[in-house]
Amino acid sequence: MSNGTEAEYEVTHGRPQAFYENFDRKGELQHQTHYCPGCGHGIVHKMLAQAIDELGIQNRTILVSPVGCSVFAYYYFDVGNVQGAHGRAPAVATAVKRSHPQSIVVSYQGDGDLSAIGSAEILHAANRGENITVIFVNNAIYSMTGGQAAPTTLLGQVSTTTPAGRNAANEGYPLHVSELLATLEAPVYIERVGLGDNRQVAQAQRAVRRAVENQVRGLGFSLVEVLSPCPTIWKMSPVDAQHWVRDVMEKTFPLAVLRDRTKDVQPKAAPATGPALEEIPRILGVTDEGEAEPSDAQAKGGVDLQVRVAGFGGQGVLLLGEVLAEAGLHAGLEVSWLPSYGPEMRSGTSNCHVRLAREPIDSPLVAHPDVLVAMNEPSLHKFCASVRPGGWIFYNGETVPEECERKDVHILARPFMHVADELGDGRAGNMVILGALLEATATLPQASVDAALGQLVKSPRWLTLDERALARGRELLRESLQEVCHEG
Amino acid sequence: MTSAGKQDRGRLRVDQDECKGCALCIEACPPHVIQMTERLNHYGYRTAMYAGAGCTGCGICFMVCPEPGAITVLRLASHVAASAEGVKPCAGN
Repeated sequence: MSNGTEAEYEVTHGRPQAFYENFDRKGELQHQTHYCPGCGHGIVHKMLAQAIDELGIQNRTILVSPVGCSVFAYYYFDVGNVQGAHGRAPAVATAVKRSHPQSIVVSYQGDGDLSAIGSAEILHAANRGENITVIFVNNAIYSMTGGQAAPTTLLGQVSTTTPAGRNAANEGYPLHVSELLATLEAPVYIERVGLGDNRQVAQAQRAVRRAVENQVRGLGFSLVEVLSPCPTIWKMSPVDAQHWVRDVMEKTFPLAVLRDRTKDVQPKAAPATGPALEEIPRILGVTDEGEAEPSDAQAKGGVDLQVRVAGFGGQGVLLLGEVLAEAGLHAGLEVSWLPSYGPEMRSGTSNCHVRLAREPIDSPLVAHPDVLVAMNEPSLHKFCASVRPGGWIFYNGETVPEECERKDVHILARPFMHVADELGDGRAGNMVILGALLEATATLPQASVDAALGQLVKSPRWLTLDERALARGRELLRESLQEVCHEG
Repeated sequence: MTSAGKQDRGRLRVDQDECKGCALCIEACPPHVIQMTERLNHYGYRTAMYAGAGCTGCGICFMVCPEPGAITVLRLASHVAASAEGVKPCAGN
């Protein structure tokens, strides 16, 4: 009755070797990508990884990842990796390929990256016939940033920036990048494929492999455009999104081989390699002497408060920092507020860097804060060691874990969210912390804080609650001062 | 198991922790032998699972799956398949 033993079967389709065993971007879920369920990127990643495996080129492949949801491709592909500025991947790929002619260089880009901000780079890389492979994942929208219209957005398609649907009179027509590039002389292979059903997926897999193989054979510029589903931003189930690719998207972007000169062109010899890195100073006549001493501008006097706020999305991390920076601005200080959060549409970490200073601010990055606000334990773990001696840590928790204890900083650990709960809403916990922070640092007048809060919090109910939360935070700090100073 | 009582040509493994429950494999499977679990996995997703019989080992579920290793497809080793057919294993296979 049985289907035989497992031993009688052999694996024919399994995790490609070109992927890392573990993706160490996050502390947990290291076997999973960060992509949403049903995302086309995962499928295209797998096709590319399989092509790398089949062609045996893992050791000489260099992947250029873009800006967009696929920015983290370098966490997944166990190959050489470079991450380019927005839209610049083909320019970076050109440099990589020319300086390492034996490498196999793949520029992996989305439609926001390639067809909008990067339209010049792709056009010229294609026109020069660079011997690179471009994988162009087109989902007709900006996904990572929440669904704005892209040049590729379909006519009538609703996005946050085309709420009534894309209108040609106002936003122009969907840009057919592959057709445009196919008017150029140099490209050898351009094909548009889709992920709309099994047949399309099988064709897409062949096309991706061909585009990489062309480069291995030295034939020239190859590009595969993949029409790819984005269930999250399209607000569809993964299966419906897949069907939408086939039934709707394909009407605007017909699947076709738009250019195939692979049989006509002769493989190009790899260009001679450039001089070795250590040769370059001699060629340029540059000596090692005369390097400027690093200056320590921060050692100068005056206010320079550096704050790092860290937590999960939804904990009010960004608003806390914004109120602080806005209050600094009102008080006549130089300020910077730099939010930083992951590309996940769900449950990501959220951080911000705030600086308040008398002198102009050189960098908005805060690597060594005077004050750390940690909204949860992972954030405390991550940043507790970075706080400057004599600084403050505000931790949203009952007790500080042993490994995070420090004698040289002041630590206030309280369940601030619960404190805010007692005031009426736990979500005001961020303001309780801000109150304590303001009391501890005494850098800003209350009037500036009030003005900032009034400007940023529009709802009268929340404004009242936040004001009470701030006052409670100040009170909390005064009550705990003795304890904190003992610890400090 | 196929109707003739022969061994299935394929088998399927789903990593319950890696699967995000998008159901693309269920849609794609030609013999319809993948289904959804009732229970949620550790991370709160309902996931795909092999119904237990009927897999042909075609591998299309693997290709439509967005996760690198959530699905593994196995195929009956050629010598086993060959002997089941009453044919001697051939080196060329």
